[in-house]
Amino acid sequence: MLHSILMALFGGALIGLAASLMLVLNGRVTGISGITNGLLSFVKGDYAWRAAFVGGLLGGGFILGQLHPEFFENTTGRPSVMIAVAGLIVGFGTVLGSGCTSGHGVCGIARFSPRSLVATLVFMLVGMASATLLKAILG
Amino acid sequence: MKQQKHFQILAAFVVGLLFAIGLGISGMTQPQKVIGFLQLTKDWDPSLMFVMIGAIPVHALAYRLIRGRKSPLFDMKFHVPQSREITKPLIVGSALFGFGWALGGFCPGPGLASLGAGAPSAILFVIFLVAGMVLQRLYQKVAAKAAVRRSQLKPL
Repeated sequence: MLHSILMALFGGALIGLAASLMLVLNGRVTGISGITNGLLSFVKGDYAWRAAFVGGLLGGGFILGQLHPEFFENTTGRPSVMIAVAGLIVGFGTVLGSGCTSGHGVCGIARFSPRSLVATLVFMLVGMASATLLKAILG
Repeated sequence: MKQQKHFQILAAFVVGLLFAIGLGISGMTQPQKVIGFLQLTKDWDPSLMFVMIGAIPVHALAYRLIRGRKSPLFDMKFHVPQSREITKPLIVGSALFGFGWALGGFCPGPGLASLGAGAPSAILFVIFLVAGMVLQRLYQKVAAKAAVRRSQLKPL
């Protein structure tokens, strides 16, 4: 458990550092759902940096996956249909709610945005209630 | 100006790289672990709470320092959301996101990083994540049209 906590703290600090770099260099919030969603708009001149960011996320995952495959695919054993529905709801919900764990949870709370505080509380509480309920139903 | 654009693109790539590595190290790319954190049972795993405890103070401190500047290094101005309004879409969207997160154990960042690592369930998740975003746009358009129609139908 202590090892998990230290890894979470260190990984978290890296995430905080990455978000800070994005702000000081490009003046942007590192909201992953927002950056990805912006790629679907094809606004001229606002496209390349978004694609580069998503490319970096994929590339970072690729490099880390080569070094530490155990960091990925610790499977839930849930059926594919559930994963697909999860993707659909997360995509719809994060655009409607203007953010996810990165944009609201990290960047928004760090700048004391009331919208992000509320959003984070809502998705944490609903996430915990749903997971607990799903555990009771699915076992 | 053109050179600045190139720096912006390079910066975004490096940030994405670093972000994915942070997500992987922290445990966020392991859906089973995420669900173990979200489900409040006897064997609750609180470790992922420390991802935010690690990230927020670092970024909060940096935010204070950075916002003292007139502009970022590679752009003319900051693009930080300024809205403070608590709206219904904010609440409903966040609640939907929370439910979807509990269903699959993925949020968008870890989904994309795991896709890069080649995790099969992440491939499926990201395809439908994008589909959900497209669906939201269509819904927005339909809702906007319906609102216009309603306003035209108002009795005089």
